[in-house]
Amino acid sequence: MVTVLRIIVCVKAVPDPKEATRIRIDPVSRTLLRCDVPLVTNHLDRNAVEAAVQLKEELDAHVAVISMGPPPAETIVRECLALGADEGILLCDQAFGGADAFATAYTLAKGIEKMGRFDLVLCGMASSDSGTAWVGPKIGALLGIPVVTAVREIVEHEGRLWKVKASLENGYRLVRVRLPAILTVTRELNTPRALSFSGIVSAREKEITEWGINDLGVQEEAVGLRGSPTIAANLTIMNSKDSKRAVEMITGTREEAAERLVEKLAAAGML
Amino acid sequence: MPMHDNMGARCGPVWVIAEQMDGRIRTASLQLVGHARKLANQLGTCLEVVLLGDNLVGVTQPLFAAGADRVYLGNDPDLALYQPEIYTQMVVKLATEQEPEIMLVGSTSMGRELAPLVAARLQTGLTAHCTDLVLDENGILEQIVPAYGGLLSIVCPDRRPQMAMAARGVFPMPQFDEDSTGEVVPLDVPDEVPGRVQTLEVIREEPEGVPLGSAPIVVAGGAGAGDLDGWSRIADLAKVLNAALGSTRPAVDEGWIGLETMIGQSGKVVSPELYIGVGLSGEMQHMVGIAGARVMVAINSDAKSPVFEQVDYGVVDDCKEFVPVLVEKIKEHREKALSR
Repeated sequence: MVTVLRIIVCVKAVPDPKEATRIRIDPVSRTLLRCDVPLVTNHLDRNAVEAAVQLKEELDAHVAVISMGPPPAETIVRECLALGADEGILLCDQAFGGADAFATAYTLAKGIEKMGRFDLVLCGMASSDSGTAWVGPKIGALLGIPVVTAVREIVEHEGRLWKVKASLENGYRLVRVRLPAILTVTRELNTPRALSFSGIVSAREKEITEWGINDLGVQEEAVGLRGSPTIAANLTIMNSKDSKRAVEMITGTREEAAERLVEKLAAAGML
Repeated sequence: MPMHDNMGARCGPVWVIAEQMDGRIRTASLQLVGHARKLANQLGTCLEVVLLGDNLVGVTQPLFAAGADRVYLGNDPDLALYQPEIYTQMVVKLATEQEPEIMLVGSTSMGRELAPLVAARLQTGLTAHCTDLVLDENGILEQIVPAYGGLLSIVCPDRRPQMAMAARGVFPMPQFDEDSTGEVVPLDVPDEVPGRVQTLEVIREEPEGVPLGSAPIVVAGGAGAGDLDGWSRIADLAKVLNAALGSTRPAVDEGWIGLETMIGQSGKVVSPELYIGVGLSGEMQHMVGIAGARVMVAINSDAKSPVFEQVDYGVVDDCKEFVPVLVEKIKEHREKALSR
């Protein structure tokens, strides 16, 4: 029996990591100063999209992308469509704002349930902005499906029993997992393809569906800030000037500075 | 006898989910047990550790020496390798029965998968990458994480347990009291697990280069390397110093080096004798991972870079140009020292 492998990829719009350090909390108003940092697709989520599109090229597969985010996050869903995904879902509602990892996973899990039958959920191992690496496993736990995190290679993908390599700090685990399952992926898995002109053109034809809190049929107290078990209680503004170290700048020509630094290191017993 | 019995305690126990490798308790777990002891004392409750594995006879002693009152021990061939379904089920079942107030997990590969699986099943909060864990005046766990140029205190006011993770190196090694003992409570392995995900094998790979965790010298590179060529010069500096090569998130994002080398809040926390930061701006997310270094040096082309406010020695120069010269000068110095 040949059935279409239905793949859902969770993607997140994150502040461009190259500029994200400009985001600061205003010490007076205590609000986030986003400084118009553009939103991009989270790096590792691109590896997840790439994995899905590669599976689609090899098997009979349908790839849907789901994201929870503000209206501008539609651009990254559109980008995923241009990379080869077939349809996009944007979970967008004011009520979803301020969600911690748990509430985010809950909302995404509800969105995935609403999408109907699926065989495989893929996400990047972690996001570049918060980087907890938890939304994947929490979605898995909430959907009651097996989870493998930090997948760096899909070794076997025939039938329902797959075999994957999951990264450890000093090697890897060889894991057998039964579909439907959720895998979170690392950058070692593949090299994401670049956007193509034809992909961008074809993405215009594809549909992005927007779902809000009523579409998901969830309680307002279960999502967003209200559905988050954790809250940010207090912020202490730190200043790099608070450092206990007093810097000694080493000056001179390049050669002189290098020599002086070597002397300092030698004097500290480091060479 | 346990130091504390939980009878009459104001709240549930403090827990650490410990991890062992080849029958040795991992450093991150021991450090968390040491810190958890202080939290348990402040709360007037006991400190309990959950340890799962196989052939663990005698392995529990360092946990008691580090301050544990009680160890829940799953010791079974089925637990020899980390098995997400069984491990999650055992921790969730025990936590549901024992109602711990706090549950701490080390930021290891296993912990990063197990903790969110457990937290989601217990419908409670979980905080990653903590750089400190303290109790407020009401006994609520303040989970401190650096964010946006500040230190954010995250709390989980209404749900229990309060779950948090911290990497190896965030807390110091505890003072071990080798005479300290406690109770070992054996755990049964569940009869029925779905068996939908199974670790078949764990394959060890020798890391390339000097391991970050224990290196006396760490050279870390950031976005200022510019490209892979610039990065290789930083790697040269690490090599000549026999140093471990570390990185910042932008360097990892650029693909110059693997995630396992990232230093900082969501990476490794290290305390070398010497740290040289090259082409990085001193973002707090990175610097919290290196704050314990004895001597710190920064090389950055921007004289106004905040990194220069956080180190002992600074050089303002293009790292691509300066680093090769520095490498040559180090070699010259060594040759001179040898001929002397």
